[in-house]
Amino acid sequence: MSVDKFTLLESSCVPLPIENVDTDQIIPARFLKATSRDGFGENLFRDWRFSPSGEPVKDFVLNQSEYSGKVLVAGKNFGSGSSREHAAWAIADYGFKVVISSFFADIFRNNALNNGVLPVQVSAEFLKKLFKVVESDHSQKVIVDLEKQELKYNDEACQFEINPYKKDCLLNGFDDIDYLLNKKNKIQAFEESSLK
Amino acid sequence: MKAKTLFDKVWDAHVVEHVEGGPNIVYIDKHLIHEVTSPQAFSGLESRGLKVLRPEKTLGTPDHNIPTVNQHLPIKDEQSRKQIETLSANCEKNKIELYGLNHPNNGIVHVVGPEMGHTQPGMTLVCGDSHTSTHGAFGAVAFGIGTSEVEMVLATQCIMQSKPKKMRITIDGDLAKGVTAKDLTLYVIAQLGTGGATGYFVEYAGAAVRNLSMEGRMTVCNMSIEMGARGGMIAPDDATFEYVKGREHAPKGEAWEQALAKWKTLKTDEGAEFDMEYTYKAEDIEPRITYGTNPGMGMGITAFIPAESDIQASELPSFKKSLAYMNYELGEQILGKKVDYVFVGSCTNGRIEDLRAFASLVAGRKKADSITAWIVPGSKKVEKQAIEEGLVEILEKAGFEMRQPGCSACLAMNEDKVPANKYCVSTSNRNFEGRQGPGSRTLLASPLTAAAAAITGVISDPREFV
Ligand code: SF4
Repeated sequence: MSVDKFTLLESSCVPLPIENVDTDQIIPARFLKATSRDGFGENLFRDWRFSPSGEPVKDFVLNQSEYSGKVLVAGKNFGSGSSREHAAWAIADYGFKVVISSFFADIFRNNALNNGVLPVQVSAEFLKKLFKVVESDHSQKVIVDLEKQELKYNDEACQFEINPYKKDCLLNGFDDIDYLLNKKNKIQAFEESSLK
Repeated sequence: MKAKTLFDKVWDAHVVEHVEGGPNIVYIDKHLIHEVTSPQAFSGLESRGLKVLRPEKTLGTPDHNIPTVNQHLPIKDEQSRKQIETLSANCEKNKIELYGLNHPNNGIVHVVGPEMGHTQPGMTLVCGDSHTSTHGAFGAVAFGIGTSEVEMVLATQCIMQSKPKKMRITIDGDLAKGVTAKDLTLYVIAQLGTGGATGYFVEYAGAAVRNLSMEGRMTVCNMSIEMGARGGMIAPDDATFEYVKGREHAPKGEAWEQALAKWKTLKTDEGAEFDMEYTYKAEDIEPRITYGTNPGMGMGITAFIPAESDIQASELPSFKKSLAYMNYELGEQILGKKVDYVFVGSCTNGRIEDLRAFASLVAGRKKADSITAWIVPGSKKVEKQAIEEGLVEILEKAGFEMRQPGCSACLAMNEDKVPANKYCVSTSNRNFEGRQGPGSRTLLASPLTAAAAAITGVISDPREFV
């Protein structure tokens, strides 16, 4: 599956100022029984979003109509826990294109990138300010420019890091498998020389 | 020649190519798959018109989603059944070895790999499961991957990953009586925090680690991910070779001798550099228990939950949210508090040594009436051994029964769910909100601490019983 191209995004934000949001919160295990990639957005943050009887929890941010947008802003150490790519699928399926946090768990970061979701890591101070701004003005937009590796709103801006190879993948909408398939001969040569 | 770490040696030997400005292409020796994270990878392959490149380097076993009673009957939950059938069909179609449900080798993927001799020193090994770090106990570079990466490995036997930084964690001295590998790992995680090793591959060293059995080493490497590490590893030694020797998929005869010679070189060279080093003393480690909703929120079993003044202001809201979920107070002691469930099992503590430890403590005692206990062996082989060693008999006399193998209440995908608001002392690895069932409250601990809770009905210090 190749990923959607990503270049520039301007969007309002959904703030989730909680730290250590783990993959069991993003998508609880009981929703991992599917054998396809679709429909996980429905159960994104399921147990925070809905009561045990299925009623929307009013003060959870995804249920607050004043917040919307393709950018999720979350507390530090986002995506820790399991390797379930379902977490990234749920976020993408819900409609988020970017997650901003001051720290991401490793496997989540990779999974997100492999699904066209851009993890943008910012400093703790930048994040704190952004939370404040978004919470006081719900329609506040941010601009995420992948080419320039820049995140901007009003007069504030910061650079973010991304591996140049991954950046290339996202800008062009190709994925690792496409790349690896082109390396077949190299892989075979490695098998012949290094493994006996 | 430049001094290398154990990790460097194994990683570098598997780099097919270094991508300019990007990750390495890393060759994978062994790929383990299970029912939950593989179906979308197989359908991805199919839609690209690709085949599995090296089916003989791949092994499948269903574990996450299987029932732990009446495994001989058809699985009731339709989605679960379909997921397990999909794994069987994908393995059959692609000629991948499968330890299906009811197969004598079936079990949790990280228990089965080592016990069948698939896991060997110096390997690269991946699986679509974060606790793949378990296999690092053999001196392998082993780590969890996402489903897109599972697809990648199926298609090309390679993965694209940047080389992580290196950390060494040394535990000097000897663990005290009643203190286990699980306590050691919970201690380290509490020191570093859940993100403390993010971006790193960890090597564990020091006398306390060296003196652990292979089972104990697996427990330690298993939970590396709980501090964010890509993986953990321990240099192979005689204990490792002894464990691997003679197992079904281990090299035999001359191949064994050759492998052994190579494996003996797998250690960190004198003077090799780590990006980060930590050293701890085994004497400082007590039996541990967690009180919050991430594995870093743990303490000695007799200790007190931090008070408000001990917590950084920025972390306080998340900390309070977590305690509210657990219904515990800042600054209180949890020793003696009520427990409802006890779960012994998982890829962290579902091996034979763990069942032995649990049985040794409950032998001659009785399960507390108020406790529901789930004792779940990590694999069919563990189950068989527990019966042969008479452990099941000891358990039964004490009022416990053993279920059939699987991941069970570690992640509560199957029927084994702890009800809302109930407390479970669990030998598994994650105490996240709802991990063991919606609203469930998990206290992570060792099999000994679980046993102490199981006979008293409250959080208890296992040292009083061993
Ligand atoms: S026992 Fe738990 S942690 Fe281990 S593989 Fe199964 S679900 Fe994952």
